[in-house]
Amino acid sequence: MKDDSIVYLESVNKIYPTAKGEFYAVQDVTIEVQSGEFYSLLGSSGSGKTTTLRLIGGFEIPEYGQVYIGGEDVTTLPPYRRKVHTVFQNYALFPHMTVAQNIAYSLTIAKLSQAEIAPRVEEALKMFQIAELGDRHPSRLSGGQQQRVALARALISRPKVLLLDEPLSALDAKIRQEVRQELRNLQKQINLTFIYVTHDQEEALALSDRIAVMHKGQVEQIGTPKEIYDRPASSFVAQFIGKANFLTGRVLDINSEFAWIDVNGTKVKAITPSYIPAIGDSVTLMIRPEQLKLGNSELDNQVTGRLINITYIGQLLEFQFEMTIGKLIVTQLGNASINEIEELAISWNANDCIVIPPAKKVMGNG
Amino acid sequence: MINQFADSPVHPLLHPRKQAKPWLLASWTTLVYGFLYLPIAVLILMSFNDSAILSLPFKGITLDWYDLTFRDQSIRLSLINSLKVAASATLLATMLGLFAAFAIYRYQFFGKNAFRIALNLPILLPGIVTGVAMLAYFSDLGLELSLWTIIIGHAMFGIPVALGPILTRLSQFPRRLEEAAYDLGAKPGEVFRDVIFPYIRSAVISGALLAFTLSFDEVVVTIFLTGRDNTLPIEIWGRLRTDITPEIAAVATLILVVSGAIVVLSQSLINQDS
Repeated sequence: MKDDSIVYLESVNKIYPTAKGEFYAVQDVTIEVQSGEFYSLLGSSGSGKTTTLRLIGGFEIPEYGQVYIGGEDVTTLPPYRRKVHTVFQNYALFPHMTVAQNIAYSLTIAKLSQAEIAPRVEEALKMFQIAELGDRHPSRLSGGQQQRVALARALISRPKVLLLDEPLSALDAKIRQEVRQELRNLQKQINLTFIYVTHDQEEALALSDRIAVMHKGQVEQIGTPKEIYDRPASSFVAQFIGKANFLTGRVLDINSEFAWIDVNGTKVKAITPSYIPAIGDSVTLMIRPEQLKLGNSELDNQVTGRLINITYIGQLLEFQFEMTIGKLIVTQLGNASINEIEELAISWNANDCIVIPPAKKVMGNG
Repeated sequence: MINQFADSPVHPLLHPRKQAKPWLLASWTTLVYGFLYLPIAVLILMSFNDSAILSLPFKGITLDWYDLTFRDQSIRLSLINSLKVAASATLLATMLGLFAAFAIYRYQFFGKNAFRIALNLPILLPGIVTGVAMLAYFSDLGLELSLWTIIIGHAMFGIPVALGPILTRLSQFPRRLEEAAYDLGAKPGEVFRDVIFPYIRSAVISGALLAFTLSFDEVVVTIFLTGRDNTLPIEIWGRLRTDITPEIAAVATLILVVSGAIVVLSQSLINQDS
């Protein structure tokens, strides 16, 4: 496994001593990134995603575990001996150097001749559409321009892997969308491996080939955006990514594909993609609000309840229902011709209703 | 008096008080600062005075004293000594100050605060204490007093002078710049040369200039540590006791001009960064 992946972390741990003992910033994290992949580390602040990136970059050395880059054990190598480059959160451009000098830095330090450096800097400036900025200093650039310089600087020596630490967080919401697409195009175009740290689930879903969702220093789930969204492996993942309805119940019956769960006296049919409970176990069910259909239908599950609220969110409507099985949120495109007190049926498919391990605390929705 | 603010809609305490006698403050200020700076002005004036003794009244303008100064062999020698001492002490102090600043900025170690206080002692202690202590120390070691002992003495108080601005600037240094350089392939020495030093350069220069000025006109510590060769301030001090001529005033004026220029340069370097 570690031979054919470009970056491989083998149960790495990063431990910081605290007044009370030890704090695991990263705990038993195993990740394998394939060449050419856009791989995201997604989590909230304190989830260990940035520390994991720093372990790959060489800015931290793990207490336990190994780091491999291109099949080579680099666990204790300093950053300047690793064939990866980083785009830092605030870009970390050298303030006393011009844009061109910043971009050329890795080549200058590798002692390439000026005759070799100049055309490559020229090419990079052109590629990132900042040709006219070569002689400026970073303090005189906009956020978007600084980001291009940081990318150009990290890419000019053609690293195998590019590490990106929230590269869009310093940009305005408006140009963030734009730059996001450019970033994805760039990665595909030069077929580079990106390891991308972000707290923005929308960003991760839109960009990534695969995502590792991190929580409290550990990896909660690794998968494609679709897997993560449709088949969350834990209630944390389910509510961290998108919105989710949670129901709790007890397993009545189970076969290789489906499980039948008793939720407050109602029998609900669900699937068990990642977690196989035993009969009688208490479990949590997750249903995305957009998978619930208003009204009677031929779908596997059907319940009736009272509509208590309607909220407009953009082009979508969000309906809040009070059911015997619990509260449910349903989102649908337009159609507000429903009165609030009406009794209504809600139905959904067993395939969209997922059994996840019981959460310690069941939240309404995320 | 009581109805002074009666027609004012604003509460009297909020109302800016009209300045009753603007000339009063101005004249007090002039008087106080005049009293403080008058001696220096008089000294400068006397260096141009066409009179054989160092005193007023003013008899006419002459550049004879400057002419005499430039031809005075022992003034020239002591000036060269002073420059040697100041340059060496500055180099020593700035290097050690830079190392100390780095140690304080980068590492946590036992007795760090005590270390900082100890470094600052030479400027806190009276020069006479430092002077006596160093003299006793050097004679115990069997070191003969020379320009070298003066250099060591000056470097001693030069270290905290250089350390101050360097540490201030260093503490503003963003660590991510260093990480970025490492990331792009720079080794520790190259990171210092390409990223850290350019960031603190003007603080280093300004600290060095301050250490230089202080060394250049230091008297108290120097008196204890002087062997055969005099520095310029010691030469002046020695002459004041024997023959007081306006030549001294000319030398003093020259020192004043050079020191002033260096201080201004050093301050402008600090301001440039922040």
